[in-house]
Amino acid sequence: MVERVIRRIRPIRRITQQMIVERKKLSLWERLYLPAVIGGFKVTLRLFFRKKVTLQYPEQRWMVPDGYRGAPYLVKDQEGNTKCVSCQLCEFICPPKAIKIIPPGPAAQLADRPNAEKMPLEFEINMLRCIFCGYCQEVCPEEAIFLLKDWSHVGTHRAEMVYHKEKLLALGGTHRGLQKWKHKLEEAGNQENFPVKP
Amino acid sequence: MSAAPTSETKPAPPPVETLTVKVDDRRVTVPKLSPDHTGKLVPTTMIQACFAAGTMVPHYCYHPKLPVAGNCRMCLVEFGTPALGPDRKPILNPDGTPKITKSPRPAIACATPISPGMEIYCSTPSVKQMREGVLESLLINHPLDCPICDQAGECKLQEYSVDYGQSASRFVEAKVHKPKRIDLGPRIVFDAERCILCTRCIRFTRDVAGDDALGIVNRGSYNTISTFPGQPFDNNYTLNTVDLCPVGALTSKDFRFQMRVWFLKETKSLCTSCATGCNVTVGSRENRVYRYEPRENEAVNGPWMCDAGRLHYKWINREDRLKEVRVRGEKSTWTAALQEIAGKLKSAPKGSVAIVASARQTNEELFLLKKLATRLEAITDSVPRLGRKDALLLDADKNPNTNGARLNGMCFTEVGINLSKIAAGIESGQIKTLLVFGENLLQHGVRADELAAAEITSETVQKHGLTAELLSRLETLIVSDILPGPTTLLAHYLLPGCAHVEKRGTFTNTKGRVQKFMKAIEPPGDARPEWEFLLELVQSVAGREDLRTLEGLFNRMAREVPAFQGLTWAGLGDTGTTVEI
Repeated sequence: MVERVIRRIRPIRRITQQMIVERKKLSLWERLYLPAVIGGFKVTLRLFFRKKVTLQYPEQRWMVPDGYRGAPYLVKDQEGNTKCVSCQLCEFICPPKAIKIIPPGPAAQLADRPNAEKMPLEFEINMLRCIFCGYCQEVCPEEAIFLLKDWSHVGTHRAEMVYHKEKLLALGGTHRGLQKWKHKLEEAGNQENFPVKP
Repeated sequence: MSAAPTSETKPAPPPVETLTVKVDDRRVTVPKLSPDHTGKLVPTTMIQACFAAGTMVPHYCYHPKLPVAGNCRMCLVEFGTPALGPDRKPILNPDGTPKITKSPRPAIACATPISPGMEIYCSTPSVKQMREGVLESLLINHPLDCPICDQAGECKLQEYSVDYGQSASRFVEAKVHKPKRIDLGPRIVFDAERCILCTRCIRFTRDVAGDDALGIVNRGSYNTISTFPGQPFDNNYTLNTVDLCPVGALTSKDFRFQMRVWFLKETKSLCTSCATGCNVTVGSRENRVYRYEPRENEAVNGPWMCDAGRLHYKWINREDRLKEVRVRGEKSTWTAALQEIAGKLKSAPKGSVAIVASARQTNEELFLLKKLATRLEAITDSVPRLGRKDALLLDADKNPNTNGARLNGMCFTEVGINLSKIAAGIESGQIKTLLVFGENLLQHGVRADELAAAEITSETVQKHGLTAELLSRLETLIVSDILPGPTTLLAHYLLPGCAHVEKRGTFTNTKGRVQKFMKAIEPPGDARPEWEFLLELVQSVAGREDLRTLEGLFNRMAREVPAFQGLTWAGLGDTGTTVEI
């Protein structure tokens, strides 16, 4: 019995012996200790006279570079209309499932933007779940959601970190872009001949 | 041929004449004649041969259950036939194979019959070019509304554009704009811009639903679908046109802008609004049912279902669903309530219990109730529900499982004749305990012959003598239901049950087809599938049964009930099995 246990343990012991790293003997210079202290002081002095890299947050704020992926917000067009048509592609693509859209349903009122029949009844982004990957911006066919430069998100409880449609629209501001639904309406308006009169 | 056939043997079915054709170098043998949408045998077409060979041919206007129109031109293919010499004999290649002469022009696969030795080419460069051309032409005036279009995700124009279309549009002119959001009828919204004029909806409503309501008006680019002026498109099968529409031109008012289709979990289920038992696919997301869609089953509903059945899901999401076990009005637990009920039933004298089952319950639940009834020598029955029927799918019996109740012995051929007996039993004081499952006994509906022709309600119950006064005389009233009602208010023991999309089970339809349905969503609150707590009740009243699962329960029922002899849960498949009724 005991022999059998030993036979099992022996190869394990062999492996552990191989894993032990021998400690190198220190040279005299290393054992003197002071050269290392002086070396450390040199680094301190060099950095002491350099330009400061720290910011006095929150009085000073970090200016993020272009292309920085901050929080995703909804934007309005130049006429102040909601651009989102609640196609739910961002909800579909969102890897952490941070986006939740409630579509308008058949009974809800039409969009505030002429000619587009749909607008989200509710649009929620859970900023605690969001990983700022930018897929929502990339997938949006309406240029309605953008990752802006906001990087500081604070709230006193979880529910506050779920941003609702009004908040997202207020934070997102205006995006001057192609007004495709408006152009469609104008194009249709120029075609006076429908339906064809007998 | 040599042995003289006896009078008992059936004449052998005539041999099916077959043809062999080649589809993209793949030899396939198909019957010479195939059934068309009415079931009449007509020459097999190239598209059917291609599907038999497993080759996908894109198509918009073709549908196997509709007459062939041949107007979308999407299924254009090239083909060749064996060349014939002056002697009307096939010319052979040097290697002995028949020489094929390729037709100089393509043909639409949906309307061209096959001939012996024909070769069909579905992937030649010119076929690809033709598909690109057809798609380009269809997209000229198509508005590219995809972000706001309900069809996105199940749109054939999207799919074929990805599979066969060009990568970019060459169209620079202005698109022809047509009216949007046209109200075609009470359940249908029409978007004229998106329509590709395949006429599937027109052919369906004319040739299948038998209501020639739709047609094409105007000319050229201004072609559009329309109803007759002032006549709404409102027959009971209109929503099938939404399924048939390959694009988002016809959309359902009910499902419009409710949820994108790619989020919906699809569960195989059955429609419960009448005894036809149409096979449906339940679309649900996050524990909410969004829509029913017909699921093809040749033996029951084909690819169609009626509007009344399709919209018969909203009660499932209702807020006032029963969610709590209640004992004499107080909230209780399943364990406590079932223990009390079992004690009462065990000590009840023989013949003092009556059970009103529901023909909306599953076969398995009715089987368990029958076990209980046999043990208690209880008088049993169910409540009939009658309504309008039509020639296509709608059945007069509005209960999904009347035949299941009959086969399990819970009611007689005429449903509801025992109800007045139960009423008399309560009146005389003989019946002291009543179990009611999913039925409101206080509803006094009209009789079948009194029904108004237009009425298609599923809540019509025949007259019987049970009143609230009678029910209050009972010592114990045990009610299991899904929605609150006058009977549930009177109940001493109220057990919340499940809608059929919240549990599994089987129904036996009006023709005796046993079909199973699957669970799509979770039941609300404390509600439990009826078969689960009935099994516990039967086990504590009538002795232990070695049963745990629904599959086991079904297989036990198949062994014990003669009508279901030989069935197994696994053997039912998705489309069910027909039993003798």
